[in-house]
Amino acid sequence: MEPVMAIVVGALFATSIYMMLRRSIVKLVIGLILLSNAANLLIFTVGGMKRGLPPLIDEGMKMPTGGWADPLPQALILTAIVISFGVLAFAVVLIHRAYEVVQEDDLDKMRSTDT
Amino acid sequence: MNPDVALPVLIPFIAGALSLVFYRSLSVQRWIGILGTGALLVASIYLLYMTYTQGIRVMAMGEWAAPFGIVLVADLLGAIMTVLAAILGFAVAVYSLATISRDNIAYGHFPLIHLLLAGVCGAFLTGDIFNLYVWVEVLLVSSFALLILGGERAQMEGAIKYVTLNLLSSILLLVAVGLTYGMTGTLNMADLVGKLAAVENQGLVTVIAMLFLVSFGIKSAAFPLFFWLPASYHTPPVAVSALFAGLLTKVGVYALFRFFTLLFDHDVGYTHEILLWMAGFTMITGVLGAAAQYEIRRILSFHIVSQIGYMIMGLALFTPLALIGGVFYIMHHIIVKANLFLVGGVVYFLRGSYDLKQIGGLWREKPWLGLLFLVPALSLAGVPPLSGFFGKFIIIRAGIEQQSWGIVAVALVVGLLTLYSMIKIWAEAFWKAQPEAHAERAAQFTAALPTRSLVLMLMPISALALLTLFIGIGAQPVYELASAAAEQMQNPQIYVQAVLGDSQ
Repeated sequence: MEPVMAIVVGALFATSIYMMLRRSIVKLVIGLILLSNAANLLIFTVGGMKRGLPPLIDEGMKMPTGGWADPLPQALILTAIVISFGVLAFAVVLIHRAYEVVQEDDLDKMRSTDT
Repeated sequence: MNPDVALPVLIPFIAGALSLVFYRSLSVQRWIGILGTGALLVASIYLLYMTYTQGIRVMAMGEWAAPFGIVLVADLLGAIMTVLAAILGFAVAVYSLATISRDNIAYGHFPLIHLLLAGVCGAFLTGDIFNLYVWVEVLLVSSFALLILGGERAQMEGAIKYVTLNLLSSILLLVAVGLTYGMTGTLNMADLVGKLAAVENQGLVTVIAMLFLVSFGIKSAAFPLFFWLPASYHTPPVAVSALFAGLLTKVGVYALFRFFTLLFDHDVGYTHEILLWMAGFTMITGVLGAAAQYEIRRILSFHIVSQIGYMIMGLALFTPLALIGGVFYIMHHIIVKANLFLVGGVVYFLRGSYDLKQIGGLWREKPWLGLLFLVPALSLAGVPPLSGFFGKFIIIRAGIEQQSWGIVAVALVVGLLTLYSMIKIWAEAFWKAQPEAHAERAAQFTAALPTRSLVLMLMPISALALLTLFIGIGAQPVYELASAAAEQMQNPQIYVQAVLGDSQ
């Protein structure tokens, strides 16, 4: 399963970088969304993928017996999803406001602050 | 259990929450702004005192012992950075009273300042790399909102670049954290010291180190990743610019210092060589960019970039003296840089423009403002006996001892060019006569500025200028502090021992 996921993650990263390199700010945000999902999937994959092995401890034992799935990556991903959701909501509002103010969605036309 | 470690995080959080409770009452928010940052300053100085006298302070969240629980750790580097953040927070809160418009305060200027400080202090004090990512996000979100309060066109354009590149760097940080966890099975920094050294394929550790380097390189605006900074830092109100200039890039620098002394010192010949090249190019590109500008805030923004180079140079040389120099330089830089932005703000409120071609005659009109500008400006350029001289002196001396002649030459030339930029601002804004074409606007602005606002602006500026003088003239105690911090960085075992106890 891990090799497939690795390819998926790689494809997601490549797609998101491509989208971020486009000039339209809408595509920029789509790129950011894909990027955060790619990062989450990556953490999920490096944590090791196991099916049907909840990390439960049998009665009278101090450790789970046999193999178990690591729950910590999932906690990390959950935190990261919440954070990226908030940040991306901000980014969407930002491009909307920027479009209203600048009347343009082309990044090449937003150069007045560059030096 | 040392609750004093958590105070610098808790106080701004509580202050931020309280300001939100009193969202409709602007005067209450102003008071909370002053009292909250003042309390933060007291708490952080207390924390520094405790850390200096009693060694590294550790607090395990919910009494879950490291490496399983999340710990807050105050070593000297973290405590020093927290004090600097608090000083700057307090200065900017006072300055905001006079300069931030009613509308911006009504839209949450003060709560955002508090939350930004909470994120910054949390990033300085955490002992867990995922937790570091979370704090970085806390401070980023606050900074996004602060950057666009006001909603002008320049702010929107700057914010798009700032938001995109900073999000990219956060996601790279998250990826690096995830890969580190996948490789070692721990997120605790102290635990990682041993676990990373035990990784069989050290090449992979270097790869992850490079991911962290790129991520923190974007945050600290190092070459070639700094382009978001000059495009955005000059757009928000000047009090916000000053806070950003002093604190945000320094979070990246702090993280570089933390990671590349504590965790990634296994292949110094490779990683720190890259850091050294980065440092050199950062200095040169920053200072040359500044030389081409004619707008006060843009000049100062580019100088942030060039100064970051000196700090990274201290880290990259990686000798005890160089690390002392790096810490000393951070202390000097945060205070001086923010102060220059604050002085730039006063210039704007007296003249109605930041453009050097439209302003002038300030020395004749307000000579004390000229003096208050000269102290941080000459300090930034490294004129003795001000703070910048000693920072540069220590770092360059470390470079000479290492016989890294190239970087020493770059550092000296960049110092000279910094002086050129500062003299340019001095000659144009203070020395030459006010250009006739813009005299009317300037006179209007000067007349419209109430004395009370001017006094409120000058209080933090004078205080920061005095601090600069103190760091310069009283360099010895500051040097002692920096060298104690550098000693802790040189010996990761002290940190590991303090966090994990004797079980190691």
